[in-house]
Amino acid sequence: MTQIHVTTTVNGDEVDFLADPRETLLDCLRDKLGMTGAKEGCGTGDCGACSVTVDGRLVCSCLVLGVEAQGKTIETVEGMAEGEKLHPLQRKFIEHAALQCGICTPGILVAAKALLAQNPDPAEEEVRYWLAGNLCRCTGYDKIIRAVLDAAAEMREGV
Amino acid sequence: MPLDTKTTGFKYIGTRPDRPDGIDKVTGKARYGADAYAPGMLHGVMVRSPHAHARIKKIDATKALALKGVKAVVTRADFPTGLEGEDWNIQENCMAGEVALYDGHAVAAVAATSLLLAREAAKLIEVEYEVLPHVTDVDEAMKPGAPAIRAGAADYSVPEGLHPNVMRYIEYGHGDLEAGFAAADLVMENTYKTEATHQGYIEPHACLAQLGSDGKGEMWVCTQGHWFIRRMSAAVLGIDVANLRVTPSEIGGGFGGKTTVFIEPVALALSRKAGKPVKMVMTRSEVLRATGPTSSSSIDVKMGMKKDGTMTAAKVTMRMQGGAFPMAPIDSALDCAFSCYNIPAVHHEGYDVLANRPKQAAYRAPGSPMAAFATESLVDEMCRALGLDPLKTRLKNASREGTKASFGPTFPRIGLVETLEAAIAHPHYAAPLGTNQGRGVASGYWMNWGGETSVSAALGEDGSVTVSVGTPDIGGSRASMALMAAEALGIPYENVRVNVVDTGSLGVNEPTHGSRATYATGLATIEAVKQISSKLCQRAADKWGIPAEAVIWEDGCAKPSGPNAGEFPPLTIGELAAEMGSTGGPISGHFEATPSGHGGSFGTHIVDVEVDPETGHTSVLRYTVVQDAGKAIHPAYVEGQFQGGAAQGIGWALNEEYIYGADGRLQNTVFLDYRIPVASDLPMIDTVIVEVPNPGHPYGVRGVGETGITPPLPAVANAVHAAAGVRLRSLPMSPPRILAAIKAKG
Ligand code: FES
Ligand code: FES
Repeated sequence: MTQIHVTTTVNGDEVDFLADPRETLLDCLRDKLGMTGAKEGCGTGDCGACSVTVDGRLVCSCLVLGVEAQGKTIETVEGMAEGEKLHPLQRKFIEHAALQCGICTPGILVAAKALLAQNPDPAEEEVRYWLAGNLCRCTGYDKIIRAVLDAAAEMREGV
Repeated sequence: MPLDTKTTGFKYIGTRPDRPDGIDKVTGKARYGADAYAPGMLHGVMVRSPHAHARIKKIDATKALALKGVKAVVTRADFPTGLEGEDWNIQENCMAGEVALYDGHAVAAVAATSLLLAREAAKLIEVEYEVLPHVTDVDEAMKPGAPAIRAGAADYSVPEGLHPNVMRYIEYGHGDLEAGFAAADLVMENTYKTEATHQGYIEPHACLAQLGSDGKGEMWVCTQGHWFIRRMSAAVLGIDVANLRVTPSEIGGGFGGKTTVFIEPVALALSRKAGKPVKMVMTRSEVLRATGPTSSSSIDVKMGMKKDGTMTAAKVTMRMQGGAFPMAPIDSALDCAFSCYNIPAVHHEGYDVLANRPKQAAYRAPGSPMAAFATESLVDEMCRALGLDPLKTRLKNASREGTKASFGPTFPRIGLVETLEAAIAHPHYAAPLGTNQGRGVASGYWMNWGGETSVSAALGEDGSVTVSVGTPDIGGSRASMALMAAEALGIPYENVRVNVVDTGSLGVNEPTHGSRATYATGLATIEAVKQISSKLCQRAADKWGIPAEAVIWEDGCAKPSGPNAGEFPPLTIGELAAEMGSTGGPISGHFEATPSGHGGSFGTHIVDVEVDPETGHTSVLRYTVVQDAGKAIHPAYVEGQFQGGAAQGIGWALNEEYIYGADGRLQNTVFLDYRIPVASDLPMIDTVIVEVPNPGHPYGVRGVGETGITPPLPAVANAVHAAAGVRLRSLPMSPPRILAAIKAKG
C-alpha cells in the first residue's frame, strides 16, 4: 500500500516518517522513530502500555493511526525527564519500588502525568479510576498508587 | 555444603535502595523483547489452527510465497524427526505435525520484509483440515466416549481401565486413613473446580533470531531463563546447544509462563530458511490462545476433624488437564494440598489428563493455588460447622519444625506458626465489618526451588565489582544481588554492578522460576564475591609478609588479625584492586552449584469483601498478606511479591477464566474479555514480612515469589461465604455465579 508522509512533533522535536495507512501510531513511534518506550501489551486499547498524549490528550497509541499524527504534538515517556533530571513521578516510582518488571511503567507514567496535569491533588480513588486503563500484572497497584500520590504531593509543594 | 550463616547485624541487607535498573525502566530506555531490531531483519508470523482438534491434510503456501518480499514459509516438515519424550512434546507444541491439538496451535509460519506483509502472507497459506471431535473439560475428558487425544501415550503409572486421556497417575500417603476418619467428630467431603487462568504478563512473547546454515545462531528473547530457551530450541531444531547464543532482554513479566519455548524455535527455523534475522512478536490473542495457561482442575477433598479442631485424617483426589500434552502439575498440587497441617493420616491421588487446550505452563506455585482452594475452603467449612476460629484451628494443626510433612519428609525450620500468630495479632483480624461484608482467611505453601546456578564476580581496577548472573531480573533481583554482594564484601551498594549475561558467559542457569533467584543466585553471588575477598586477603598477606590466615576481611578492607599478624594499617579494596595487575593479576570469583537448601515459604492471608446481593459483584475491601521471607534482602520488593501474588490470586478467585465455546474455541482472547484486576478493583494490600531464617542460605533467605498466590483463592471464597452466606466451590466467583448461588439459597 502507498506510504503516506507524516510530519509531527514528538517530545518537542519535529520528526517525519512514511506510514502505511494501516500502521498504528504505536508502530510508527517504535519502528519508524526508534522510540520503543511505549509498549504493546494488547493492541486493542485494553492495557495502556502504549499510552502517549496527542495534543495533550491521553490516548492508547495502538488505537491511533500513524497518519493521524500529522501536525499533532505527541508526548511519550521518553520526553518526561528533562535531560538528567527525572520527572517527580519517575523518581517516586523508583523510590517506592512501584515497578517490578517495568513493562507497564512507561504507560502508567504518561497516564499519571496526564492526571496530575488536570488534577494536582487527586484522592486515592481518583488515581485508581484514572489508571484503571493501565494494567499492571506484577505489583497489585499498591506501590504505584502510593508513588503517584507522593509525587503529586511533592509537585504541589513545588519541590 | 556448610554455610557461614549470618542472620543479624546487617549493614545493607534489609535496606531499600533504588534499584540499579530503575532509571532505564522509568525513562523508556530499557530494552524488552520487542525492542530489538537487526539489519536486514524479517518479520515472522504464525499460522494457527482455528479448530480445537483437526487432522492437517494439506498445507499450500504457493500464494503466500508468490508475494514479493515473502522470504520463507516453514511447517513441521522443516524440523527434524525422531524426537522423544518432552523434546517431542515441545516440538509438537511449537509446530503441529499431523494433527492440530487445540485452537491456536501453530501449523505454519511465514517470514517477510514487513510485518504487514507477513500477516497478509499468513492469510494466504491454505491449510486443509479434517475436523475431529474435541474435549476441553477435565472431567469430560476422562469419561468413556471422550475423544482420545493421544491413544497409547499414557505412562506405566496409569491403572488399567482408565480413559486413554489419563497420562499419569500418582498415589501416595501415610497413616491409617480409616482409623483417622473414625476418630473424627466431623467428616466432610466436597468437590471443587477451578478454571484455567493465564499468567497475564503484560509483555507478549518476542524474540529476534538468527540461525545460519552452519547451525550457528544467536537469539534475543524475553524469557525467564535463556539456558532453557537454548536447550529447548536446540532440541527442537536438532542443533548443538553451544552453537546457539541466547541473550535475554528485559522481561515484562513471566510468572512461570516464560520458562519454555513457543515462537523461538520457529523464528530460528524461518531465519535458517530465509538466511536473515527474523523477529517474531506475539499478539495478545496469540498469547492467550497459544502459550501456557494453567491447568484447570477438579478436586475431591475429604477431612476428619475433632470438636476441638484437631485434624485426624484427610484425602484428596486431583484431576487436572494440562492441555493436549502430559505434565499437568498434579505432583506439586498434591504436595501442597495438606502441607500446612500435621495430620496423622493423609492420602493423595492425582490424574494428569489430556484435553484439547494449549500445553499448560507454570504459573506461580503451579498447582498449589488449586489445591489450597479445595483444602482451605473445606477447612473453613468445617470450622464453621464446629463453631471454631479458623486461624486458631489452623494454628492448632500447623506444620512446624519436626512435623512429618503430608508429602513425606520431615520439615526443617519453617515459619507457618509465626505467620498464623502474626495474622491473629493483626488489627485486621479483629476489625468490625458492615452489612453484606465478610472476612476470610487461608494459608498456603510453596516448597521453593534451588536449581542449577552459576555466577561470576570480577573486581575492577578501582575496587568496584561486577557480578554476572544468569537469572533475568523480573522484579528487582539486580538490587537484591547487589545488596548481598555489598554486604559480603563490605563495600557500598553503588559499587556493585549486576549484569544479567548471555548463555555464552556462564555455566547453565535455570530460569528465574520456583522462587529461586534471590535464594540460589543470591547464595552463589555471596560465595563468588567471598572468593574475591579471600584472594584480596592473600594479596595483602603477601604484601605484609604474613600468612594469609592472619588476614581477615572486614568493612571492605584486609586487616591483620590474630596474635602473630603484626601491626599493619588496613588495605582497602580500592588500594588492593589498583595494584592487582602487579601483585598477581586479575581477581575474580566464581561459584556454581545446584543448591538444595531452599526453605519452603508459608503465608496466611486475611481478606474482607462486600458482596452486592443485587448483582453478585464482590468488592475486595481490605487485604493483608502475612508471609515468611526467611530474610527480606530488599523489603520493598518482597512486599511487591506479596502484593502481586495476592492481586493475581484475587483475579483468579473472582474473575479470570478460560472460556471455551462448544466449538472448542477460546472465547475470550483479549484483555477486555480476559479481565485481570485493574487499579480500581483493588484496595491497598497490607503486608507483614515474617522472618524465620532459612538455614540453607548464608543470610537466611527463602524464596517469596510464589506462595503469595496460593491463599487468595480460598481466602476470598471463605470471605464471600461470610458475606453472602453462599459457598462457591467453583472458580471464578464471577457475579452471575454468586447471584445464582444467592437465588438458589432463597
Ligand atoms: S497496547 Fe495499546 S492499550 Fe494495550
Ligand atoms: S511492573 Fe510488571 S506489569 Fe507492572
